[in-house]
Parts: sequence; C-alpha cells; structure tokens
Amino acid sequence: MENLKGEKEAKMQRIDIYPTHHYKDFRIRPGRPYPLGATIVPGGVNFAVFSQHAVSCTLVLFKKGENTPLIEIPFRGMFPKIGDRDSDWVEFRMGNVFTMTVFDLDYEDLEYGFRMEGPGSKVEPGNPGIHRFDEDKVLLDPYAKSVSGRDVWGHFPTKQPFAQHRGRLVYEDFDWESDRPLETPIEDLIIYEMHVRSFTRHPSSGVKYPGTYAAIREKIPYLKSLGVNCVELMPIFEFDELENAHHSPDGSEFLLNYWGYSTIGFFAPKAGYAATGSFHDGTMVADELKSLIKELHANEIEVFLDVVFNHTGEGNEKGPMISFRGIDNATYYMLTRDGRYENYSGTGNTLNCNHPVVRNMLLDSLRYWASEYHIDGFRFDLASILGRDQQGTPLANPPLLEQMAFDPVLAKCKLIAEAWDAGGLYQVGTFPAYGRWAEWNGKYRDTLRRFLKGDVGQVGEMVQRVMGSPDLYAGRGAAASINFVTCHDGFTLRDLVSYNHKHNEANGEHNRDGANDNYSWNYGVEGPTDDPDINALRLRQMKNALAILMVSQGVPMILMGDEAGHSRQGNNNAYCHDNELNWLNWSQVEKQTELFRFLQQCIRFRKAHPALRNRQHLKGEDYVGSGYPDISWHGVNAWDADWTYHSHSLAFLLCGKHARQGEHIDQYIYVVSNMHWDAHTFELPDLPESLQWHRFADTSAAAPEDIYQPGEETLLEEQTVYDAHERTVVILVGK
Amino acid sequence: MQLKIKTIEQVTVIDIFGDINWKTCADIQAQISSQIHEGSKILLDMSHVETMSSAGFRMLLAAYRELQARQGELVLAQLPENLQDLMANTGFLQHFQTRTTVEEGIQALHEEM
Repeated sequence: MENLKGEKEAKMQRIDIYPTHHYKDFRIRPGRPYPLGATIVPGGVNFAVFSQHAVSCTLVLFKKGENTPLIEIPFRGMFPKIGDRDSDWVEFRMGNVFTMTVFDLDYEDLEYGFRMEGPGSKVEPGNPGIHRFDEDKVLLDPYAKSVSGRDVWGHFPTKQPFAQHRGRLVYEDFDWESDRPLETPIEDLIIYEMHVRSFTRHPSSGVKYPGTYAAIREKIPYLKSLGVNCVELMPIFEFDELENAHHSPDGSEFLLNYWGYSTIGFFAPKAGYAATGSFHDGTMVADELKSLIKELHANEIEVFLDVVFNHTGEGNEKGPMISFRGIDNATYYMLTRDGRYENYSGTGNTLNCNHPVVRNMLLDSLRYWASEYHIDGFRFDLASILGRDQQGTPLANPPLLEQMAFDPVLAKCKLIAEAWDAGGLYQVGTFPAYGRWAEWNGKYRDTLRRFLKGDVGQVGEMVQRVMGSPDLYAGRGAAASINFVTCHDGFTLRDLVSYNHKHNEANGEHNRDGANDNYSWNYGVEGPTDDPDINALRLRQMKNALAILMVSQGVPMILMGDEAGHSRQGNNNAYCHDNELNWLNWSQVEKQTELFRFLQQCIRFRKAHPALRNRQHLKGEDYVGSGYPDISWHGVNAWDADWTYHSHSLAFLLCGKHARQGEHIDQYIYVVSNMHWDAHTFELPDLPESLQWHRFADTSAAAPEDIYQPGEETLLEEQTVYDAHERTVVILVGK
Repeated sequence: MQLKIKTIEQVTVIDIFGDINWKTCADIQAQISSQIHEGSKILLDMSHVETMSSAGFRMLLAAYRELQARQGELVLAQLPENLQDLMANTGFLQHFQTRTTVEEGIQALHEEM
C-alpha cells in the first residue's frame, strides 16, 4: 500500500474485525460496550445500548423508510460459528450493555432500534409504572446521532410507520480544516438568542432554503453588520414539532411544539432545520450544521446551544413511548414511589439527571457537541433540575454540575444556567458554579424593566445590575451575569413597551399560559397605535433599554428581532406558532433602520470600550491612582446620586484608567439614565485636564443625532451640565 | 452506475452516469484512481449524475485530495443545480473548482498548467 507520497507502507489490520457467528444471512461478533450507540467500525457497525433492568434485548434493523424490519437479531442465543458446523450459546452483553457488531451493512440505507424485555407486566398508557417494558415496541437508541421521522419540518406522516423514530448512522469525518471553538473571553461576547427556523422562514428573507441551517449561513453578513459575536440557537436537538395537543382557538389550525423544548435525541441535530433533511441522510444534516458553524467561526461568531436536559419529549404517563421509558424507565426518569413521573420541568416528566448513568449520557452529549460540532458554549434550560438528586431534593454539591465544570473536553466551553425550574427552585445568584458557570440573570431583566417604566424604589437595585450584580455574584465576577431585557420567554422588546398584559389566546389555552409578571407598560394604548407621541416614546424606551443593556457590566444578550422592533402581538409564550408571531420579518428590518442603527452603534461602542467589559466586579474605589474610583455614582449634582425611594434617575462614571483592573487605558464614560417623567439638568463631573465631554448617544434626540459612530462623538458646547430629557439615556465620553 | 472516460486535449474527461452513493462509490473511486498519475488533469462531467449521497461527496473529496498529493488538478463540470446546492449546503462545494460546461472546464485546467 502506498501513502500520499507514493512510499510503500505496511498495511496493518486489526485482527478483531472478522465476524465470529452467523445469524440468518448476517455475520456478527461480540461488540464493544464503548462507545455507546452505533459506531462504524472496520467492516461493520458496532451497536451498544445500556439497560440496567432489561432482561433481554433485540437489535432491529430496517432498510431506510421500510415498515418491516430487515432483520431482528437477539443479543443472546445459539448462534452458528463462522467456518464451523457448531453453534455457540452466546450472550452479546457486557455488564448492563448489550453490544454486538454486525457486518456488511449499507451505512446509508440503514435504520435501527431495539426491543427490550424486562420485569413487570405491560403498563397501559396513562397508568403508573416503575418499569414500562413492552417488547412490541421498537425503541430509539438514546445515543442515536441521527433520528428519523421528522426529516422535513412539519410534515405529517401519510401513514404512521412502525417505529417512527429510528436511529441512523453518521459519518463523523467532517473536514473542519483549521477550525476550532473560538474561546472568546465570555465578557467580550454579545449574544444573539435566535431560533433557526424563525430567522429566515419569513418570505421576505430572500434566501434559497428558508428556515434552515444553510439559510443562516447566507445571512451571516447581517449578523456581522449588527455586530453580535455569538449566536445562541434555541433547541436544535431532534424533537417532534407535531407533539402539541392544542389547536388554535377557532380549531382551524394544529399548533406545534415550534420552539422545540422537548428533546427526543440528545446526540442528533434537528433534521427538519436542514435544507438537506428531505434526503433522509443523517450525515448530510450533520455536515450542513457543521458547515454553518465553521462559517460562523470564520466570521468570529461563537455558537451556543440551548440544551434541554431536564426532561424529554416522552411526556407523562400518557405520553408516547419513544426511547428512554421503554429502555429503562426507572433509570432515566425521576419517579414517585408508585411509578408516576415527577414533574419538576412542568412538561410531564423529569430526567433523572444525577443518576450516574444518566449523568454520563449528558456529559457524553456535551462532549460530543463540543468535539464533533465545535460548539462554543451551552445554555441549560431549567438548569436547577440538573442539581436535584434522584428524589428531587436540591443537592449542595451536584455531581453532574461539578463534572461538567471540570470535564477536560468542556474546559473552555461556556456553561450558562437558566438557574430555576418549574418545581419552585430559584437559584439566580446561588447556582453551584465551581468557578465556571454563568447564569441568565433574571433579576437584571426584572429590575431594568421596572426602572425603565418609572417604578419607585429601583435605583439602589439598578446600581447592582449595572455593575454586573455583585450582590448575586460576589466572588464569581461580572462575567457570571448574562444580562438581558428580553429572551424567547416573555414579551419581545416592542411588546414590552406596547402591552400591559399578555395576549396568549392564540395558544389555545384561554390565555392561562405564560407569565403574568411582565413589568411592561403600553404608554396609554394596549397594542399598536397611530398616536405619534406614544410611538415616539415607545421607540425611545426601546433605545433606553438597549443602551442600558450595552453599558452594563456582565454579558449582554439580545433577542432575535428586537433590533427590528419585532412584535408577537402581545403573546408572551409563543412556543407553538409557526407563523409571523415568531418569524423575523426582513421587510420590517429594512424599515426599522433607526432602531437597528441605534443598537448597531451601541454594540460597536461596547466593543470599543474595555471599561464596559470587566471580568471582575468594579469596586467603587481608586486602585490605580487616577484620582477617580473605577465607577462612581452621580445625580443632578455630580458625586451626589439620589438614593431616595422616589428617585428615578441614576448617572455613573467609568474611569478609563481602571478598565480591566487598570490593564487597559480607555476613555472616560458617563451614562445618565433619567427614567423620570420630567427633564433634569445633570451636573457633569470634572474630567482630568485636557479631556472634554463628547456625546455618543442621547435617546431623546432625533435620528441620526440620537447616536454617533464610536470615535466620531460630538463635542459638547456646555462642558459642565447636560439637560437630559424625560425618559432618556445619555452616554458621553471624555476624551 | 457507469463511467465513460475519454481524453480531450490532455485532460481526462470522466462522464459519470447514475447514482454516487455508498453502494457505487468504491467502484467509481477505483476507476477514477486508475486515471490519476503525477500531474493528471481530470474533469468530472456531472451532468448525468442522478443522485449523490454523503458517501459520494466523500469519494469526490478523496479523489481531489489524491490528485492534490500528486500535483494534479480536478474540475467538476455541468453540476446540476440541485447537486450544486446540496454540495454547497454541506460544505463540500468550496473544495472544488466548478465550470458550467466541459469546454470551460478543459480551458480552466489548461490555464492551471
């Protein structure tokens, strides 16, 4: 054999790549228990599946899409030996792992599943059961790298196939060239939370394959233009968008599980998000997603995944049997003593995250996405569940969270917790962090919203939020705080300034779903209005929110569409709508240039100023000898903030010589946020000699004077005071 | 699946008929490899390819790499739009020179000389 240089090389072959037994027309041998799942090995495929409680298992192979199995091979029995007339009693099992290698399979035309038998009688849907073994069901491999059944988004199967969700093989040899995760320091990120399909599904997107991974690639210039350097993808693990039982109120429309917070496979990308999904080829889907990630990385944009590990798409006792509950219900799920599903997730079941085997699966999943897909970070949905023990009790030192924090492969990945769950556990500020974990700071969102609409008693708490919440993250630093004013749950930014109440009737649950504490205000009219004063104030309030977000210490996150003033018509729980409630309207992007430009310049300003991106908390002290504290607080009188209960304004000065603990020299930055309904004149603090105040932004000014290109700020004629209009944010730089 | 191989102006033109997938790609790869020598110029005429799978893309990339290692050149000509999209979406297209017609492909290979 010749190598690429044409030199002769000895061809060494493994000596264990030969089959040992027959089963009907198939040649097999004992498999390897690791890695779990289906792995292409020389000459064949190694299958390995765990079950602690199953007493027997059968491998079921299908030709792609066919209803009748190609073959069913039991994992134990009398098997004729190869090249011998004898048969052997063989058990293809190691410990609790059923494993065999099957030879001569067409990798591209293969689908597979397992049948399991175990203790207990068959449990009817709706009834409780510790074990739910049912040998009539063909079960999806929990480690499947590709899952069949929902290859094309939203397509109802014309016939209900036998074993709808089957595993498929994926070639894991994508050509990454020199790409690797970017490892951007988290404090330098500006996160854009987006939904794969919603980003380009709207007819105005102008892409060739709307709603797909490939379409995002086409739109990278837009992301670059906005300036974000991290996209956080709402769930892309395979899910069943057709699982929703609700209809639209008039009954005309099936609602979907559109957002996909309901995982079927922790290792498989959502095929329906791929332009290539219709080819029923798991490798193509994986390659398409990897191509997107590679291209985003080439444009210095990190990729985070929103991962849903707290529950699965199998629902409660009435839910479908797809995988875990048929393979080993008692291991994978938290159960009550009588075999009902615990429901800390609010969706019907709870994954038994701190069972050692489940823990390993979740770690394997993260390692797989980090190494095979070059994912830069993970946001964990309802992460507090990951810190509960097998009985649901919160743990002081949860092994799963600790292992994630110290895992060698995940060592540079960002780990972000949604630090609460539906079982009442609220851990914002107290999530077990191990020096690694950041959190979605729900308190930042709530405080900023209240301050924005003029609530009393907010100024003291805003100080904490602007500083990266040292009250919550003492010892962890500002970078532990993911700051946001909107996210997929709740109102969009436009709806936050347009509605007093949620309007979720379209979700088919009589407006009972969704949160009620939105801290929103409509400024006089519920919903859209022609009143120019109200519309102007709404626009200004959106700018105010974005401006404060972009000058706060911590890591800012923007919700897709807020840059274009996207509305969901007051729906604050739009999880089920495959329509314009969720789709980004690109015509509107073109029309809303004022808001887009404002945010774009705010992002550039943040990137230009390391003083805004401190990893550690500021101290309110001068530790570099500049004569100014790193951060100081002011009011209508310089150096004299109004801390009273009825105060609605706050100003702060960042000393440029303290940027990143004095390691960088930056300009001086002064921010006035006057959320009072009256204008006030703010005395400006004196700058060091030779520096003068320049205006970067004033949200009350008419565009384009509302904001300037960083570096082109306009010199203030009056250097000692600034007249800040009502409900206005002003940002000055001293240079 | 069938390959028709001819030489036009020192360029080996390989016209592929049928499907390129796991079942056929080993055979196609062997036939293409047999045409690869030091400095070979190879044009794959894709106009008669009906379907391609992930294994097919990998076979093409392997052929390209083999040619590269031997200072050769490869051009894909007459790639149908659906295959072109498929290769673009999965990231394979960027590795290849493509030309609309066989003539343009041959010219491109001569320009490389």
